[in-house]
Amino acid sequence: MIELTDTNSSEIAAEFVRARRRAGSPAMGMVMTLVIVVDEDLAEDAMAAARRASAEHPARVLGVILGDGRGKGVVNAQVGTGNGWTGETALIRLKGEVVKHCDSVVLPLLLPDSPVACWWPADPPDDPAADPLGALAQRRITDVASASRNRTRALHQQCAAYSKGNTDLAWTRLTPWRALLAAALDQHPLKVTSASITSERVSPSADLLAAWLTERLKVDVSRSSSDGPGITEVVMETKQGPIRIARPDGRLAVFSTPDRPDRPIALKRRALPELLAEELRRLDEDDIYAATARRLAKTAAVS
Amino acid sequence: MTQPNPLRDPQDRRLPRIAGPSGMVLFGVTGDLSRKKIMPAIYDLANRGLLPPGFSLVGFARRDWADQDFAQIVHDAVKEHSRTEFREEVWKQLAEGFRFVPGNFDDDLAFDQLRRTIEELDQVRGTGGNYAFYLAIPPGFFGDVVGQLKEHGLARPAEGSWRRVVVEKPFGHDLQSARELNRILDGVFSPSSVFRIDHYLGKETVQNILAMRFANEMFEPIWNSNYVDHVQITMAEDIGIGGRAGYYDGIGAARDVIQNHLLQLMSLVAMEEPTSFDAESLRIEKQKVLSSVVLSRRLDLTTARGQYAAGWAGGEKVIGYLEEEGIKRTSATETFAAVTLNVDTRRWAGVPFYLRTGKRLGRRVTEVAVVFKRAPHLPFSATSTEELTQNTLVIRVQPDEGMTIRFGSKVPGTAMEIRDVNMDFMYGGSFTEASPEAYERLILDVLLGDPPLFPRHEEVELSWMILDPILEHWAKKGKPEAYPSGTWGPESATKMLAREGRVWRRP
Repeated sequence: MIELTDTNSSEIAAEFVRARRRAGSPAMGMVMTLVIVVDEDLAEDAMAAARRASAEHPARVLGVILGDGRGKGVVNAQVGTGNGWTGETALIRLKGEVVKHCDSVVLPLLLPDSPVACWWPADPPDDPAADPLGALAQRRITDVASASRNRTRALHQQCAAYSKGNTDLAWTRLTPWRALLAAALDQHPLKVTSASITSERVSPSADLLAAWLTERLKVDVSRSSSDGPGITEVVMETKQGPIRIARPDGRLAVFSTPDRPDRPIALKRRALPELLAEELRRLDEDDIYAATARRLAKTAAVS
Repeated sequence: MTQPNPLRDPQDRRLPRIAGPSGMVLFGVTGDLSRKKIMPAIYDLANRGLLPPGFSLVGFARRDWADQDFAQIVHDAVKEHSRTEFREEVWKQLAEGFRFVPGNFDDDLAFDQLRRTIEELDQVRGTGGNYAFYLAIPPGFFGDVVGQLKEHGLARPAEGSWRRVVVEKPFGHDLQSARELNRILDGVFSPSSVFRIDHYLGKETVQNILAMRFANEMFEPIWNSNYVDHVQITMAEDIGIGGRAGYYDGIGAARDVIQNHLLQLMSLVAMEEPTSFDAESLRIEKQKVLSSVVLSRRLDLTTARGQYAAGWAGGEKVIGYLEEEGIKRTSATETFAAVTLNVDTRRWAGVPFYLRTGKRLGRRVTEVAVVFKRAPHLPFSATSTEELTQNTLVIRVQPDEGMTIRFGSKVPGTAMEIRDVNMDFMYGGSFTEASPEAYERLILDVLLGDPPLFPRHEEVELSWMILDPILEHWAKKGKPEAYPSGTWGPESATKMLAREGRVWRRP
């Protein structure tokens, strides 16, 4: 890692080139730029998650720490390649006036022509697409489950502000559940008459799952709470009996369907790098999330 | 007609394809293939959440084992060879579905027990009568096993379920035996229920050949005899035959590798654009390539074969083929084979395809090199382009998966001096972490009943029609030429290209 103090974008870019030369100009094959907007105390964890995800999606990773916006603008950066990274990385600290113009620092550092993803590991802006950094990105990844307060409101806010390219890790966390529920209906092509979800009291993922089931199945979805972790049970009622997936421990689920024996199935809660890697796999609009977010925003507005 | 699943939507591309309720019966539990590839792949699939709840695995072998002993074998194989991390809950999900049936392939009682085991699993695990029979055994036993499956009513699916059979190479040792083998399978299973595994076709880099050719605009216009001089397809191994003397002797390099892997690779490189990517359209195009292959009339000048002799390979002293345990001192089996094939189509007329494979060669590598013609006119002095050779596009299949483009570039300095440079695309860098082992992909495709990546018997037979005349020619010519271990093959292979004014790439 090379430290650059009181620097600017062109010096950071020049350091990228020098670092690559020093490494013997390896073929990098970077496919995108990932911008992480993060606080000082979360920066290390977020960069570590990005490093793991970069094994699947080699990227130029730009960590941006927005400091106090008062006073003269200062840009400091740590730049590096290698060391467990399959791409290039810079952690950029902004202070003073430049904080308001952070996009001017990031814009010259984007990889030519390649897609840009922007990730807020904790508190996202109210409207990510209108955020100066979010506006540079095709993919804007938020995580309302790690919002510091009122996660339900944060989710409703994100759903209301949905625009093309937005996505939330609370939705990503649902993929294995959704895959299993869809597979259950592949095996039992039955009409679902109602559904219920049991989860932790506050669970943005459960809210999204309820909205998705309502949207797809056109039935009422009732909710009840448990001690978690996360979602602990989903039941789809049919005329032949319930299709039930219960996961009390966050790891191993029991899959019960009408006329079939109960079967255990691994349904592990996934860690951040895996979620991020899934999110970066496709960078076009997620239509299903769009529909789900719209549905949730509508019900939230009514209640 | 059932209603479509409301939870599925083609737009919802996050949802993986999970196989429906099913199980697998594995014949040949103790073999390398089972332990190193099939069992780890099954675990990895489960770990990625792609196997159905209740998936069951039945082992069948001549061992006095109980279910737990079989589970232990799988456990060890998974621990040692699986690609993804070992997780107790995934193992628990899988292990509940392990069963073992001891017996010989001609043992009626054992097959009765197998049927009962399957029926029991349908009850307890909900496998729904859907079973794939994986024959990881020498082809000599296929007849016995398939016959038994038929006799005990295991091959015929009940209404609404399926039975499939999975076989590995070799698919015969010549046209006649391939037909015989096919007759055995065909009499019991319908053609669409027979899955022939050519694990090369499950590799990401091989599937990428189609993506590269047909998703891009910049390669296809030059992919023909106007621009391509010739194509070299190489599959080299640095190891000898190891403990496989019994399998290898009498088979040889051409039957072992060219007939399946290399001809399949060649047909993907040479084929016309399929109308779609379903199994049928791909098969039609591959078949067209294979049926337009023509051999030269002088097989003595356009083919080469060799047998490794003792030597030094990679810093180790190694013995020759004839000194290997279990090999007759007079064996005429080739361990190196090179052939020249012409594809008589408008696209490829006059462009030879050189296929070579061998054991104990310089290093382990599989690649396809498309070598382009020289520029028709070079506006530089002869001295400045002295080091410039032909532009080449190399598809690196393994290891170090990716693509290399070789072209001329000016050497920095005041003089105009042009030299070859390489531009590398590393598949490893960009995507491999997520890319599944070939066997995972293929086993999942078997369970889903998705056949595009499996060669059909028509392709197998066409491949033998290409190879049979060469094998007959060699059979009349005595022993293959010896080549020292650790080199790139016999002198005759070098001469084979030199005659046409070309050289083999050093891969």
